[in-house]
Amino acid sequence: MAHGPAKGITRWLYTTNHKDIGSMYLWFSFAMFFLGGIFALVIRAELFQPGLQIVEPNFFNQMTTMHGLVMVFGAVMPAFVGLANWMIPMQIGAPDMALPRMNNWSFWILPFAFAMLSSTLFMEGGAPNFGWTFYAPLSTTYAPPSVTFFIFAVHIMGASSIMGAINIIATIMNMRAPGMTYMKMPLFVWTWLITAFLLIAVMPVLAGVVTMMLMDIHFGTSFFDAAGGGDPVLFQHVFWFFGHPEVYIMILPAFGIVSAIIPTFARKPLFGYSSMVYATAAIAFLSFVVWAHHMFTVGLPIAGELFFMWATMLIAVPTGVKIFNWVATMFKGAMTFETPMLFSIAFVILFTIGGFSGLMLAIAPADFQYHDTYFVVAHFHYVLVPGAIFSITAGVYYWLPKWCGNMYNETMGKMHFWLAFIGLNVTFFPMHFSGLAGMPRRIPDYNMMFADWNMISSVGAFLFGAAQVMFLYNIIATIVSGKKATDEVWENPEGLEWTVPSPAPYHTFETPPEYK
Amino acid sequence: MKWLPENPNARLTVKLTAVVSFMFVFAIFIMPPLYDAFCEITGLNGKTGEKYQAVDVKVDTSREIKVQFVATNNEGMPWQFGPEVKTVTVHPGEQTRINYLVKNTTGRDMIGQAIPSLIPYKAASYFHKTECFCFNQQALLAGDDAVLPMYFIVDQDLPKYIKTITLSYTLFDVTDRFSEEELLSMAATGPITLTAEQ
Repeated sequence: MAHGPAKGITRWLYTTNHKDIGSMYLWFSFAMFFLGGIFALVIRAELFQPGLQIVEPNFFNQMTTMHGLVMVFGAVMPAFVGLANWMIPMQIGAPDMALPRMNNWSFWILPFAFAMLSSTLFMEGGAPNFGWTFYAPLSTTYAPPSVTFFIFAVHIMGASSIMGAINIIATIMNMRAPGMTYMKMPLFVWTWLITAFLLIAVMPVLAGVVTMMLMDIHFGTSFFDAAGGGDPVLFQHVFWFFGHPEVYIMILPAFGIVSAIIPTFARKPLFGYSSMVYATAAIAFLSFVVWAHHMFTVGLPIAGELFFMWATMLIAVPTGVKIFNWVATMFKGAMTFETPMLFSIAFVILFTIGGFSGLMLAIAPADFQYHDTYFVVAHFHYVLVPGAIFSITAGVYYWLPKWCGNMYNETMGKMHFWLAFIGLNVTFFPMHFSGLAGMPRRIPDYNMMFADWNMISSVGAFLFGAAQVMFLYNIIATIVSGKKATDEVWENPEGLEWTVPSPAPYHTFETPPEYK
Repeated sequence: MKWLPENPNARLTVKLTAVVSFMFVFAIFIMPPLYDAFCEITGLNGKTGEKYQAVDVKVDTSREIKVQFVATNNEGMPWQFGPEVKTVTVHPGEQTRINYLVKNTTGRDMIGQAIPSLIPYKAASYFHKTECFCFNQQALLAGDDAVLPMYFIVDQDLPKYIKTITLSYTLFDVTDRFSEEELLSMAATGPITLTAEQ
């Protein structure tokens, strides 16, 4: 059945092909990554020096909010879904996703959601300015009128993620090649399966919380309004019941990518495969019982503080299992340091640093000092940028030759890595210091005493941004005029995706492969 | 389950959609009541209970509890609002009346709603109100003032280590939630009748 892609724009509009949809997800997320990056650079430009120089405080707040929303829902999540679309069918030997038409739909509603969200920047009263966590009553009583657009945009993003998750679960559970039992699945597939279940469980809660906001704003209910008998603290509980698993939604697939890359370049099989699976499941389970560690300072009873503190610290155990497994995989391996490997090693090291600052934040009594300071900003950027962004970058370098059939420019890849690595640390490491010294989050102006660290952070941010432009150039150059890649691309990589030609044909595994 | 579709992908989709729908309903209709119930049991958000039916109990004169009263205006609420006395000392089991004084200092008719919060949280379920202005909204015509009474009993079972209870009221402007007629009828009956009864 030699059936190629259709011609013209309708190929992309009507496509049900998992590779086309995966590519669209990845390009979309790349665009959002740059949009969110521009917002971040506005923030860093304003914070280059104390005092107000470039933007109004209200616009600054819109930037912090939009940066968070666009990066979380526009860049990181769609990038992982894009990788899932491309790689899961190829890794489990399936011809396509289980629900190809829904797949098309779940992608194509996303651009509308983000067009709506971005359009709020041009509305009267401005874009949402209440932070990406949109705490009530900031996001209800005191919100700009554009909050309603924000709410509907979140509804659409949620619907997209839920459909994506259902599709991924159906694909993994029903379409594996004969012989591929659950405990033989590649870890990227495993981590995505667990992530998809997290999405199914918590995206409806996000939809619920914004729906309650909508009703409070327009229909006279008082879920979060104390005057009507509600409680703003309830918002935080419901939000973080979504929000904490969401954090793992953005990191579990990253674990899967790194678990694919490190064995290839260490030339050793992954150490402790089954413990990796169980650790992932344990992290996912624990993510549901730690949400209140985001709210230690709202006035929890002492028993609550202790429970959430210990439960949070417990997550370090399965996470530690993973870190040690990656290190053990590299131990005595015949390592080479191609770009995907560099990003993966940086992932292991920097994610661990982010994990440690997370442990510091988990200590309830200490958190009263750290809460809402730049220390928190440093922490979650250390887990998200080297965690999610670096792993996605590593995955793109690793699989790009399979996708487009051409090899990327290794020298430029390495330059991208080192610029990004240095830029990241220069940006975010000083935030630990300014945070511990007491600099609050989400402020456009600050005390003179924080001036030096902020200037360094801003320089690092622009360096990091420049590195990503180089990434974009490298990808385009690879697709347009890269050297031909071999079918195997790397030396003896493991997995069914490497058994198909490069570039991967439009249809793969129409007859399921036999998996040993 | 026979009614599920034959196709395994469709079957799974139906099941997962059911989970999604449940979680959505859970977030809106189960989590808030659950949270309220949890707060009521633990006294967590300092909310005090509904109207209390006084039971005949002996006053425990061996204990003295200091009860402090605090009043706060929510942002944008221009009324004058405060307790007549800042502190009273009571015995557990005895009913005590205290008054809050309120005055609408503006030139327009308004409605206020006082929301209580009590610390320590552990005491919240031992603090009973037999009558309170906070059970209703208070409508005041432009320039009017009123005495708002509150009757309370501290339960005998109040844990021994609690010596002081602080009750705080925050006054919210809820004028927008009501129509002009509702405001006028509320102002006609309002807080004044309550004082007259006693």
